[in-house]
Amino acid sequence: MSSINAKAQQISAELVSNKKVGSYHHMVFSVGDLAFQAKPGNFVAIAVGGPSSSMVLRRAFAIYRATESGPHGGLLELVVAPHGQGSKWLTGLAPHTSVDMVAPLGTHFGIPTEPVRALLVGGGYGSAPLFGLAELLKNRGCRVDMVLGASTASKIYAPLEGKRSVSSLTLTTDDGSAGIQGQITEVLPRLIEENEIEIIYSCGPMGMLAAITEVSKRYGIVHQCAVEESMACGIGVCMTCVLPVTGDDGVIRMLRSCIDGPVMDGEQVIWDSNRRIPEGTFGA
Amino acid sequence: MTFSFEANLAGAQLPNPILSASGCAGSGKELSQFFPLNEIGAIVTKSIMVKPRSGRATPRMAETPSGMLNSIGLQGPGVDYFLENDIPWLAEQGARTFVSIAGETVEDYAVLARRMRNLPGVVGIEVNISCPNVENRGMVFSCNPDTARAAIEAVRRNIGGDLPIIAKLSPDVTDIVSIAREVAHAGADGVALINTLLGMVIDTNSMLPKLAQRTGGLSGPAIRPVAVRAVYQVHSALPHLPILGMGGISTGRDAFEFILAGASAISVGTATFGNPQALITVRDELSSLLIERGFSSLQDAIGHAHREITE
Repeated sequence: MSSINAKAQQISAELVSNKKVGSYHHMVFSVGDLAFQAKPGNFVAIAVGGPSSSMVLRRAFAIYRATESGPHGGLLELVVAPHGQGSKWLTGLAPHTSVDMVAPLGTHFGIPTEPVRALLVGGGYGSAPLFGLAELLKNRGCRVDMVLGASTASKIYAPLEGKRSVSSLTLTTDDGSAGIQGQITEVLPRLIEENEIEIIYSCGPMGMLAAITEVSKRYGIVHQCAVEESMACGIGVCMTCVLPVTGDDGVIRMLRSCIDGPVMDGEQVIWDSNRRIPEGTFGA
Repeated sequence: MTFSFEANLAGAQLPNPILSASGCAGSGKELSQFFPLNEIGAIVTKSIMVKPRSGRATPRMAETPSGMLNSIGLQGPGVDYFLENDIPWLAEQGARTFVSIAGETVEDYAVLARRMRNLPGVVGIEVNISCPNVENRGMVFSCNPDTARAAIEAVRRNIGGDLPIIAKLSPDVTDIVSIAREVAHAGADGVALINTLLGMVIDTNSMLPKLAQRTGGLSGPAIRPVAVRAVYQVHSALPHLPILGMGGISTGRDAFEFILAGASAISVGTATFGNPQALITVRDELSSLLIERGFSSLQDAIGHAHREITE
């Protein structure tokens, strides 16, 4: 055995509930003891389309919350945006259907040993893994501020129970339908300064993560982000979800966002690399 | 009745005929969380090259009906890292390993073959002369009988010992039998059929090719009939040439098709992306199916679809 995804298992997970929330579906799966293993930032990979499906690849979803016990045993909760064929199939499932799930996968957000002042930044359904993280940080004595942004109000995922752990919640929308009108990065300098932020955690579209990295660099703040690259397998074998990352040794390598991520150090990721391999990359 | 599932792939003795497919099992470590690697016939490694290689830019992948395009471009750490790290680890797991090697030049194949001597756990070499994801289509050695022969001869001359050599061929040729015949004459002990087919997807939103390098290799159930045809044709023309069959196998029934067409063993590739335990599923389903159909051994079923249609 190796250390890669050492907690992961392939299981049949029963869908316990499936509720539409704004533009998304909040889906709860019964996963037994697997829930104990999941940490904020981890993701699951689900086979879609049923046994005779023409969709041969799994779909990856960040874990929104893991609940260790309840009437249904351990639960994993996901927030799914029905934007492709696979996610539409998944969000169309009725409770008591079972899916083939591999979980938990990938790296998780690092939790500081000392209490720090953290800012959590989520774009669209990218907010999902941040609520579990907020709870964990708060339990460790951290002050947690959160900012969520999307194109429009219905695409902000901010459930009531998720807000309990945050000291302040700021919303931004491109169309001004909720919170402050504008891009999420526009409000970051003010939040960083007002709350004396020491670390940023983020999840959302790659463009947003790149923009947050620019801000975090300017303020000299650590930025842990969960990247979103399209994956074929989710377990490290297919080599499709790679992105260029500068290692501690200064060498750029094409790393797999599924096993070397999804949580990465924003400052080490080379963001403007779509459709090209950066010069000097190892083996280029 | 006792049933023998043992496979002999060009001289490599394997407890069962189920192998991973090159580039679809990582270094082995990634899959070991899902099953013990010594449970399958052999692990076929991703293609090892002389030097480290970054592979191609992203996007590298597009899902297609019952399949996918990939355009990895042979990303890997190079042969030195592989021999120091992956080989000892695989041997520790008790895995039987087929090392896939790929070169940019005939000399690369010679260099790699020399490095493959006396490695623990290694039971054979798959010579990848058919990767479609190279900048110059002229570099696809197996698309031309002369370059195919040259690459295999280079491996044969330099490998030493009796390690079986399997040449992995591309289906993107007019006559796959003539290429198979050529590599057999050049010293290949068997052939692996088939590598991916060159394909393309255009994103109708951006109105540009979906993959950064425009084209990619098509794999998955969509290509299975092409693969079965290739195996059948080669077995028919060269009945004594061992074949490792692959192309869209995700069930025991699929694997059975390849065995009937003439494959001595099979590789499971893309199915592993959708199901980390696909190799074990295929193994168990194939053995049950062979028993159910009255075969007392795997060997008896190989090429069974070629019998005279007089029954």
